[in-house]
Amino acid sequence: MEKFSGKIWVLGDDIDTDIIIPTEYLALKTVKDMTPYAFSPLRPELAARIKEGDIIVAGKNFGCGSSREQAPEIIKALGIKCVIAKSFARIFFRNAINNGLLLIENETLRDAVCEGDKITVTINEAIEHKGIQYPITSLPENLVEIIKAGGLVKAMQKLNNSKG
Amino acid sequence: MGMTMAEKIIAAAAGASEVKAGDIHTVELDRLMSNDGTTHLTIDMYNQLKEPRIADVNKLVWIVDHNVPCDSVKTAASHKKMRDFAKEHGIRFYEGAGVCHQVMMENHVTSGELIFGADSHTCAYGAVGAFGTGVGCTDYLYAMVTGKSWLLVPETLRFNLKGKLKEGVYARDLILSIIGMIGANGANYMAMEFGGEGLKTLNMSDRIAVCNLCVEAGAKTALMEVDEITLDYLKAHGREPKHCFASDDDAVFAHTYEIDLSTIKPIVAKPHFVDSVVDAKECVGTHIDEAFLGSCNNGRIEDLRVGAELIKGKKVHSLVRFLVVPASAEVYRQALSEGIIDTFMEAGAIVMNPNCSVCWGSCQGVIGENEVLISTGTRNFKGRAGHKDSFVYLASAATVTASAIKGEIATADMI
Repeated sequence: MEKFSGKIWVLGDDIDTDIIIPTEYLALKTVKDMTPYAFSPLRPELAARIKEGDIIVAGKNFGCGSSREQAPEIIKALGIKCVIAKSFARIFFRNAINNGLLLIENETLRDAVCEGDKITVTINEAIEHKGIQYPITSLPENLVEIIKAGGLVKAMQKLNNSKG
Repeated sequence: MGMTMAEKIIAAAAGASEVKAGDIHTVELDRLMSNDGTTHLTIDMYNQLKEPRIADVNKLVWIVDHNVPCDSVKTAASHKKMRDFAKEHGIRFYEGAGVCHQVMMENHVTSGELIFGADSHTCAYGAVGAFGTGVGCTDYLYAMVTGKSWLLVPETLRFNLKGKLKEGVYARDLILSIIGMIGANGANYMAMEFGGEGLKTLNMSDRIAVCNLCVEAGAKTALMEVDEITLDYLKAHGREPKHCFASDDDAVFAHTYEIDLSTIKPIVAKPHFVDSVVDAKECVGTHIDEAFLGSCNNGRIEDLRVGAELIKGKKVHSLVRFLVVPASAEVYRQALSEGIIDTFMEAGAIVMNPNCSVCWGSCQGVIGENEVLISTGTRNFKGRAGHKDSFVYLASAATVTASAIKGEIATADMI
């Protein structure tokens, strides 16, 4: 199973889609243009500090609110490898998978970590933090395929191409 | 084993005789709504596909409502893309007709349908017993191209309503109370189903207000039992029900709540979460800069009547901007014919054309640094209505109008 390690950024409960990307920046031309404003209502410094391969660890109901798909797109564009939360809001969950952003639900990790800690994720198996293993449930295979392809549209194209 | 309303609608859409919560089914969709929030993204993705096609163009409804009229050159480009694509493919297209969910309720939705909307408040359609659910633009694109999607059959929270709301208490207070009770993720991934004798005391406008806000508890959809009020509403709008489903007596609910409507009080949701609800009395005296009466949640004629009755012969406080935004052109014209628009303007309110307005923090009426808005809109997230350091309180049309008059949060009985 795929394994990766990364530095974590820690957020609280109910991180809503207006926090992830405020409405006023949605008119910008590309997702790349929007990334400096990610999480700006809550932590204006955060977007500039996130580095490729970092991981977000949050509380319950991550991504609640709007159906705006720019929310998971921006998190992915910032270089975030995956988001681990106590729970995810439903529309955000589907949008993240459809954009190839890996999400992992875990109830206990959030309260055991500090920002800046390093964790290791083994997809569909466990998260390791300071020698402690936090088991995670498997995502269904079709969802893993979508994430691996880089999102639903790319998965559709792949299917199209393989059909010739 | 018995099925819930949600299970019955999904079973019908999946062509299955029985489905149960937790199953994943491929479903045929009845209708696909999208608005100018994200349609331009859907079009970009569509154009990247190899030999793209629309499965059934008659199922698509596209509505420009988030920025109407257009507020910037960037938005104009996005609208043009949507307008041109709709014209080229023969997609039903509305612009200026109102907020998407109100336009859908007035013109398209019927009982028993399964509908995807590229907007989180699509759960409003449950008011007529339709399974409406919000999706992102990628899910929308997939459904547009294939006519289908996959759905996890949700568990259901059942709300048995009894009694009647007291004078001066509204459906808005009811749903804010329920969200406060179960929390902002209390119904995550689930359906919220409403029935019981008390439902018969709620008119269609009340029902839309309740269902529309269920996503603020995380719900996948909201559903109300179909009854005479539903059928009368559909008939008045020239439509027939597709299916009139009700949950079976032995249907399995994740939890059943008993709600006595007579115990509900005027409620305010404080910044920055919809479930931060308190008795409106606790917020009385809070400074406000702006008041907003409108949105898919509370911009119908019934809401405007409540506001107009309170403000008739009075003035909007001199330090407050009071925005009145009818949810649709139909509502606007009805309000004009009843003299309601004149009443608001006489009082000094700013009456605007139907659109999402400050509810989504763009286009019109956004608030500045440290400003406070009291709103009948859908959300009070940090920065939702404008500056990141601003504050939104959510309340009923009555509380919002009373506050606009007083210049601080006030309840209707104080006017």
